[in-house]
Amino acid sequence: MTEHVEWSEAEATAAPAHAPVTPADAADAARLVAFGLQPKLQPARDQEYTELLRRYREDPPFARLADAVAAGLGLVVLEVSPRAGMAVTAAEDSVFAVRMGDYARRASADSGDRFLHGLAHLAVAALAFPRPEDLADDGYIGRVSVNGVDAFVRQACRRLEERAGDQGENTDPATDAPGLEAAWRIWARRSSTGATKDARRLAGSTTGIVGKAAAFLTDSGFLQRTGDDAGGTYRTTARYQLQVRDMAGSAAMAELLELGVVPVTDGTATLMPTEDTDDLELAAEAGLPFHS
Amino acid sequence: MTSPASTDSVPPQLSAGPRPAPGPAADEGLARRLRALACTAPLHDLDARKANLAGEYTVYGMAEIALAAIDLVTLNMDFDTGADHDQIVARLIPRIAAQAPRRPVAEHERVARWVLENLINVGSVDRGFRAVYGTFAPDGSYVRRDYDFKLIEEVPGYGGSVYLRTTDEAVNVLVGALDTDVTSAQIAAEVKLEVLISRGRLADAQLAAEQARYRTVQYSETLRRALDATRRNVRAVDWLQAVPDMIAEALDHVADRYRHENAILTNIRKARDESEDPEHKRRAAELVDIVKDCIRRHTQLQSRLLEAGPLFRAEQDRQAFATPMTTSGIDLYGHLVAPVLPLPVEQALRVTDAFFARGTGLRTPVAVRVGDLVDLLLTPPLEREHLGAEMPEPDLIATPDDSRFSEEQLASARELLDLPADAPRRLSGLLAEARRRDPELPYLVALLAVHAASPPVGTAYRQGEEKLLFAVDDGTELDDPEFGGADLIVGTALLDAAGMAADRTEAA
Repeated sequence: MTEHVEWSEAEATAAPAHAPVTPADAADAARLVAFGLQPKLQPARDQEYTELLRRYREDPPFARLADAVAAGLGLVVLEVSPRAGMAVTAAEDSVFAVRMGDYARRASADSGDRFLHGLAHLAVAALAFPRPEDLADDGYIGRVSVNGVDAFVRQACRRLEERAGDQGENTDPATDAPGLEAAWRIWARRSSTGATKDARRLAGSTTGIVGKAAAFLTDSGFLQRTGDDAGGTYRTTARYQLQVRDMAGSAAMAELLELGVVPVTDGTATLMPTEDTDDLELAAEAGLPFHS
Repeated sequence: MTSPASTDSVPPQLSAGPRPAPGPAADEGLARRLRALACTAPLHDLDARKANLAGEYTVYGMAEIALAAIDLVTLNMDFDTGADHDQIVARLIPRIAAQAPRRPVAEHERVARWVLENLINVGSVDRGFRAVYGTFAPDGSYVRRDYDFKLIEEVPGYGGSVYLRTTDEAVNVLVGALDTDVTSAQIAAEVKLEVLISRGRLADAQLAAEQARYRTVQYSETLRRALDATRRNVRAVDWLQAVPDMIAEALDHVADRYRHENAILTNIRKARDESEDPEHKRRAAELVDIVKDCIRRHTQLQSRLLEAGPLFRAEQDRQAFATPMTTSGIDLYGHLVAPVLPLPVEQALRVTDAFFARGTGLRTPVAVRVGDLVDLLLTPPLEREHLGAEMPEPDLIATPDDSRFSEEQLASARELLDLPADAPRRLSGLLAEARRRDPELPYLVALLAVHAASPPVGTAYRQGEEKLLFAVDDGTELDDPEFGGADLIVGTALLDAAGMAADRTEAA
């Protein structure tokens, strides 16, 4: 007990570089992780949070301890900084991970719906960070609207439809093999909105699906709602940028590479934007902030 | 046509006997026609299914109502939004009522909604239709394919409202020109119109003009999409050449059509004014309205085109002056969205699943304690305060009454001027009578009479007034100690309030 008090005093003045870990340190480290689990909490709004963040950065043993607590809980630490706070995210199979089945009930039964929900999240990110620079620039704040995301995906689908038409392809899928249907057709086929009896957004429509994604990301502390125009407008947070840049983007890329879609040259530099990305029709700077 | 009904229908029988010219080349035209045919199926289906409805609905021509609905939606589609759902229903009702005049209006409305909902196909999750047809693949095997289409689709409007738009398929089915080029069809329709008018065949001319208008609507739709795309992608399009060329081309087109339609307008106006036959006159007048509408739509298109330039430059500036960054990241669109969309959905799912799993963040699992649960379930629901918060007592300040005339004086003057419709009076007599009641009153009566010389007819019409005070000068001098001028004849005109109300609803 006396020892404990002693350590607390020592800690308050200046933490010794090679001091053994105490239960109080572990409690503080866990407390910091707990702050990180409340993604909507702004570090600047909570003095204790700010203090713990400062300690994380100035006290390497404490930082290692906090990292270990996070890892033990099944969390990945993305960044610890005053702007993003203790930015942690769920590792695969962690209890904190979001499962598609819990996210949308229909999605577990219907692969089409499952795809639509996934694509909605991808499209929100693509429109929030339209250029590679935007994703890399820590100060960048993206702005998206629900109707804008839907319009953007529909536009891309329309381009593909036109291109298929120009090449005389018949893109109508074979009746007995729905899995071979081109992905863009699923989105193009779903109605973008629909009237409902209680004037709410039709959940199964594409704006309904994008709206759900935006609302969910808001709860995750990734987006902040800024207005009701165009089906709801949002701006991105530092956490979202980190999450997309360091987790989601690379994971999806890896999956795509495994499908052999992107030609691999040396295994590392494929994520670099190349000059000929313009060939991809809508190209690099797709999806600037919407004006209407 | 709820649920993919036509899935059950038998696909075309091609396989029996010697195959007629197998191969994709011969099949392509066939597939196109099959798809065109499929677009008409929902309309036939309405008539086939009306017998199944609860009630006696066979008197209604459902296909006719459906085509009328598609017409109405197409014509009411504006550049930005679409047609309003309730408005379409309201405009359909006269036609439905004509089909069965003795039935109640509520039933007519039910039929209108039923047809419209079936054209949207509210029952299916895609809100569309699916038809199955067969083709021969390049290797000679027979493949059954799904064709998905919509006739009327719902689009988001301003402030969360939902509007209706007809799809390209519907417009094509409607005008009966399947699979044709938009531009050339428009030119053809206009040439046809000119010829018809020069030969004086106005009945056909109206048909052609309506077709031209459908084409105009379709054309502005196409351009709207093109502009939307250019707004989103500054660098994806060639701002040096391609975009200005495109805008210039479109502006030329608008100018050309404008000139053309103005010429037509002049011609029809002449036909309208010269024609003796009242039926011809009426037709020509309708035609004038249609062509005017075409011109209005073109003007709208033009203003959109002019806005595109400044917007482009603003976006260009925003990006050109940004500090160049070392880019070492993922281009989300170019590296992910664009490659994923053309993939078969089975494969695309793996990518979107990976993105979803790592892009949604975390959720803290909810741990339920039985004790809390019992409390929660036993808590009575919170009574909603339906009256809301208490309003603060407003602090009112009495404004001084500085009116020239009192309320009593106004009432007295009104009473004096409340003349029977068949007995107008001279102002001099009214003034004399007013003076006997109150020395101030003549001023008010004179004021009201002068106002009545230019009666507010428009306001009375809008408000549905039943009578209106008017004053006419017949040249007689006013002989009065206080006032000079004309001795007006003041009278009351009765207005046809019911007729005006009917006119107003028609105009609305």
